[in-house]
Amino acid sequence: MIKETPLTNTARTQVYDSARQGFAPLVEFKEIWRYRDLIFFLVRRDVTARYKRSVLGVAWTMLNPLGMMIILSVVFSQVFRMEMEGYPAYVLSALITWTFFSQASSSAINALVWGGDLLQRIYIPRSAFAVSAIGTGLVNLLFSLVPLLAVTIAIGIPLHPTLLLVPAAIIPIVMFSLGVGLLISTIGIYFVDVVEMYQVLLAAWFYLTPIIYPLEILPESVQGWLWLNPMVHLVELFRNLVFYGVLPPLQEWLVSFAIAGGTLLIGWLIFTGKSDEFAYRT
Amino acid sequence: MNLPTVPEPSPRNNASHPLGDDGVVIQLQNVTVRYRVPRERFRTFKEFAIRRVQGRVQFEDLLALDNVSLVVRRGEVMGLVGANGAGKTTLLRLVARVMRPTLGRVVVIGRVAPLLAMGAGFHPELTGRENVYLNGTLLGYTRQQIEGCFDEIVDFAELRNFIDAPLRTYSSGMMARLGFAVATAVMPEILIVDEVLSVGDIAFQEKSAARIREFREAGATILLVSHGMDTIRKMCSRAAWLLHGEVMEVGEAEGVVEQFEKFMEVD
Repeated sequence: MIKETPLTNTARTQVYDSARQGFAPLVEFKEIWRYRDLIFFLVRRDVTARYKRSVLGVAWTMLNPLGMMIILSVVFSQVFRMEMEGYPAYVLSALITWTFFSQASSSAINALVWGGDLLQRIYIPRSAFAVSAIGTGLVNLLFSLVPLLAVTIAIGIPLHPTLLLVPAAIIPIVMFSLGVGLLISTIGIYFVDVVEMYQVLLAAWFYLTPIIYPLEILPESVQGWLWLNPMVHLVELFRNLVFYGVLPPLQEWLVSFAIAGGTLLIGWLIFTGKSDEFAYRT
Repeated sequence: MNLPTVPEPSPRNNASHPLGDDGVVIQLQNVTVRYRVPRERFRTFKEFAIRRVQGRVQFEDLLALDNVSLVVRRGEVMGLVGANGAGKTTLLRLVARVMRPTLGRVVVIGRVAPLLAMGAGFHPELTGRENVYLNGTLLGYTRQQIEGCFDEIVDFAELRNFIDAPLRTYSSGMMARLGFAVATAVMPEILIVDEVLSVGDIAFQEKSAARIREFREAGATILLVSHGMDTIRKMCSRAAWLLHGEVMEVGEAEGVVEQFEKFMEVD
């Protein structure tokens, strides 16, 4: 635990005492705040470096979901003959939230489990990589709101005033993604297999979430079970605001925040409790 | 240069704080680092889980450091000698806060600049400028601090004309120079040097050695690991010899090096 002691000559000296650890979850939180500039530059690196050599650059963050949407729309309207008004916007509104969740949580896990070299050479708050992965995902998510709005307008769906509440619906998705990322990477310290398993799990999870199909096409008995999937709540919250223009009932907000907050809390407690192990596992 | 001194002990801490006014900046008290490694590799989770439940997983304790106590005072240049695997790097990691001891206590007073992490996080696609900021914040500087000494970093690394070119166009010498310049941009109270006095070409080697000397004269404490016994003799005031995670000898550099060399010859 680092403590700063004011000195007479205005300089501050850090005192590190391994025996005085403090309450790890709280200490880690303070450390992340102290290293906020690092988070900023890590996010900037991930956003810019990825596209630096491509011609279209950052535009890819918008073109990617757009391409996915076109493929899914064609497949589902032409091949499966699914009739639904405004299907492209329907898919896209859930697709960008799903993409955020799957990418942010996976890259948090990869950075922590495979990017360990750095964590063994210098001290940085261990959760910095996970937090910055979420930050990068958030930037990409904001970018992909542009094609979402463009498609919504293009196919003649009115822009609902509920769009203004979108930031509030993004918060639980961010919290949930960070929580899952921290949980899986903590397990990943002990069993790297879990990281691979997570990718498979994500593929199944995608189909267990009403992203490309409406929840209503499922038999009612199945629908009830599906609500046990946290992502159903988070995706529907977002989709209600963006696609249907419906203000979700207070109960749905509470459930979403409770699920997300609980996941983050558990993830944070377990991760910070075990984070010293990262330096011990080579 | 106005150097920070040891913090005035607050009355509350007086009793428990191990460091008094005797200028101790690094203290290791009975430090043990034990890596716990499974005796056999389990390739899958399933295999491990089954064996674990059956109670058939055996762990092997690997003692990287075994009950080590060491004190370094302000302004000292302390050399660490020992064969590979003796625990030198683990000791440096403890001081750099990278890991916590399994047992015992580590107290470090002052900002530590680990020269083990020069160029940490360098990204080939980013420009030199962007890398300075990324690398600097990884080392714990704030954005403001880096802005304040940015020109000095670039000039010291002699990269004024290349700073906005992507790092992948740099030679390895240029990268090393940039890494060194960032790592030493703000004078630390404690400098950890791991065999890196050979950075870049001869001219830059002299320049970096001069900067480290400058820090030493200004009162910085230096922890130096080297396999070059001449370097240890020349640079260090004291030295510690580690063997299989235990401290064999601590004392005046000349004497410790002599004993270590004698031991290595016999071996």
